[in-house]
Amino acid sequence: MSDLNNTMINKYRTSFLKEVEANVEEGEWVKMCMQCGVCAGSCPLGKHWAHPPQEIFMMIRAGKREEVLTSDSMWMCTSCYNCIARCPRGLPITHIMHGLAHYAQRLNLVPQQQPTQRFAKVFWENMLKKGRVNELKLGLSLYFIDGFGQGVKNAMANQKLGQNMMKAKRMSPMEILGGHGVKNPGELQKIIAKAQALEDARISGNS
Amino acid sequence: MADEKKFAGYICTGCGIGERLDAGTLEQTASRDGKMQSCKQHEMLCSSEGVQMIKDDIANDGVTHVMIAACSRRAKVEAFSFTGVALTRANLREGVIWVRPDTDENTETTQEMADDYIRMACAELKSMTIPSASGEQQLNKNIMVVGGGVTGMTAALEAAAAGYPVHIVEKSGALGGHAANYYKSIPARAPYADPQETGVEQMIAAIDSNEKITVHLNSTVAKTAGAPGRFQVQIATESGSSDELSIGAIIQATGFSTFNPEKLGTYNYSASPDIVTNEELEKLAKAANGGPIKRPSDGKEVTSVAFVQNVGQNSGNKGELAYHSGIGDLVAIKQAMYFKELNGDCDTTIMFDNLRTPGAGGEDFYRAAQEKSITFTKAAVTGIETGTALEVKFKDLILNEETSMAADLVVLDVGMVPNSGPDPYAEPMETEEGESAEQEAPQVSVDSILNLDYRQGTDLPHLKHGFTDSHFICFPYETRRTGIYAAGPLRRPMDMRQAADDAAGAAMKAIQAAENAGQGRAAHPRVGDLSYPSFRKDGCTQCKRCTVECPFGAINEDEKGYPMYNEARCRRCGTCMGACPVRVISFANYSVETVNQQIKNCEIPEEWDEKPRILVLACENDAYPALDQAAMSGVEINPWARVIPVRCLGSTSLSWITDALNSGYDGIVLMGCQKGDDYQCHFVRGSAMAAERMGKVGDTLESLNLEPERVVVHEVAITDIERAPKLINDMAETVEKIGLSPFKF
Repeated sequence: MSDLNNTMINKYRTSFLKEVEANVEEGEWVKMCMQCGVCAGSCPLGKHWAHPPQEIFMMIRAGKREEVLTSDSMWMCTSCYNCIARCPRGLPITHIMHGLAHYAQRLNLVPQQQPTQRFAKVFWENMLKKGRVNELKLGLSLYFIDGFGQGVKNAMANQKLGQNMMKAKRMSPMEILGGHGVKNPGELQKIIAKAQALEDARISGNS
Repeated sequence: MADEKKFAGYICTGCGIGERLDAGTLEQTASRDGKMQSCKQHEMLCSSEGVQMIKDDIANDGVTHVMIAACSRRAKVEAFSFTGVALTRANLREGVIWVRPDTDENTETTQEMADDYIRMACAELKSMTIPSASGEQQLNKNIMVVGGGVTGMTAALEAAAAGYPVHIVEKSGALGGHAANYYKSIPARAPYADPQETGVEQMIAAIDSNEKITVHLNSTVAKTAGAPGRFQVQIATESGSSDELSIGAIIQATGFSTFNPEKLGTYNYSASPDIVTNEELEKLAKAANGGPIKRPSDGKEVTSVAFVQNVGQNSGNKGELAYHSGIGDLVAIKQAMYFKELNGDCDTTIMFDNLRTPGAGGEDFYRAAQEKSITFTKAAVTGIETGTALEVKFKDLILNEETSMAADLVVLDVGMVPNSGPDPYAEPMETEEGESAEQEAPQVSVDSILNLDYRQGTDLPHLKHGFTDSHFICFPYETRRTGIYAAGPLRRPMDMRQAADDAAGAAMKAIQAAENAGQGRAAHPRVGDLSYPSFRKDGCTQCKRCTVECPFGAINEDEKGYPMYNEARCRRCGTCMGACPVRVISFANYSVETVNQQIKNCEIPEEWDEKPRILVLACENDAYPALDQAAMSGVEINPWARVIPVRCLGSTSLSWITDALNSGYDGIVLMGCQKGDDYQCHFVRGSAMAAERMGKVGDTLESLNLEPERVVVHEVAITDIERAPKLINDMAETVEKIGLSPFKF
């Protein structure tokens, strides 16, 4: 458990809802849910969620901090925005789900091996280097994410797909040598670092 | 009537009547068979010239009885309204040409139908007299309001604003009722975000300064005698003195009491002073005087509060309320907002089952509560434990788990019980070994409120659960006692804004009743009717059936047991007329004879003509308009049917059935309204009475050696525009199956 997590537990001892409102993106909307369940019914991945969005909201109100933050439900969101479009109370449900996932990740509470989280990390690090996603490297990193042996197996299995993409000029083998990027990746990294510092300050200011 | 009678018939040939029917024949029927002394045709009788022609004849030729053969009696009512004459209508448009197909093979039967309706109308007219007020009536503008809460005060202010003197009779020592103890009320205006001031103090001030309103505090109604326009009311004060008032009309606004949750084990109400009802919370909030609300046990500032909804409501259990007050969730939201306003960061949780926030602003109010961080938990409370702090145990119905929460204060949402007097028609207590009596909702007041000096009980009849009976959809303020109107939570559970609306409505109705009584005119639904029931004393057997069956308690008995009609209390339904076994009760323009004459003057074809005749007695409030509507929609009706409108199926005399069968009708269809708890009858009990009487018609049929299928009774709603004609056509099929009546001659 991270220090930040303990700090937050001590600070919001009585109300997880208040913690969410203060620290989770769009968290102040959670109290507005009226439990109609339209979000749950609208989610194309609904059956893969241990707790559908409206239940997550109810759990937040009921103070089930641990259960919510260690849940992998919000990681299942694919941002299709069906729930946002349909919510009669206008809750930005997709954003709240990402906000919760992000907050859980900051507190280091995400279940180990949660695939969406692992993918997100790889994607983010890949993009941060050059300011553009290097698809070749991203693909390879994902192939080898579970070790060398599994990586070779994954690569063999998708050999034909890779070749076809290259033939169709959808992917260049030359990308392996650094690859394309924005004009000044250093400046982008500074921007991101500043944003990160601001958010850290906000949360520690809260804590 | 000393004046000479003069009968005149008018036949309209407009709206296609002239094209479809032979007007010459119709005129001949009216003058030869119908014995109209004069008969005129007009191509558009409802036009100003047509109406003027009739008016001129009335003025210049002394016409006293008018027969109009044109459209339905429900159409062109304003055009064909003449004062001082008896009037009847033969329905040739909706009744004949619109329900029959325009083909050559049908011409003959269509013309027969029309001729019959003219004969019937003329025959009815012959036995009608011109209705006029009885002379008993008087105008008394005083309005009495019983109850000085929000409903009563609003009614008083409204009536006074319309120029009518008002007497408020209030049992307690002050005006204001429940609302006087309320901190704030549910918002009535956009944005519906915060509770608003109750406005009760301003109302009391307005009443105190209004010279048209007299307030009788610490007073009750000791006796109410008389009728609308001439009520004599004795007011008894606590000190023992009494006052007698002459009153035109009465509004009962005795409101409600809250349900006592003491006996409900789950909520442990008696175990802790910190478990309070929603009504008690208002007092706590008011006592806080703008500061934080404190819990009663030790005066600690409340930092967490749980609202438990739906306590003892909507329940099938004995001793609980079978209905829901409907506004309890709005009340809880309002009260939760008190804590957000007065107690800073107080945890407020509303434990609901089905959250109901009725009204235009209900959803906005709910949303506003969520914005104020009031927590809503869908929960079934299983118990409340008392100790150093209260612990509410509940099942979370969303998360599906047993859990609990601690609270400084628990507020129980208890329901509203009407403050009614005893029901005059209550089933005797000893039935079914006391079972039914126990299952009844708990009654708060069993003392009489109005102390009516009526043959049929001391108070307003109930519908269900002690709420006052009224025609819920069409005439909500009307009760079953004419000139006495119910308003507010006495009728159904409601909040202050609804009660105020209700009060204004009832005040208007009371004014109308007083004015109508002054002119001898009926109240709803036969508004303006001057006819009233009278009886031939020498024929009366003092059987008391009329005094018992009158749905409105209009008839008292004199010391010899003869009926005493109070026509200002009468709604003119004719239930007494239908009830009378010796047929001595009649109205000037509606009697056993007027209908009998119609039945007899329809031509019954000889058996070998193979043209059956079906008599349809249709309630003029629902079934008859349904048939009119069917005609407008082009639904066909069998050509053998002859429809006679009746004021209410309750006015149906068994002699009509016997006479019709004797004179050779092949089938009889009776169309009334739905009866029972969710009745549709405009006269409340008329259709039920009719059904009871018609239950005995089987004996008549048996004695005549006729098939029981020949007489049927149906409940028809005004919307049954396909079904009503079908019921008639079904009878035609039945007749075809079982054959013509053997009583033709």
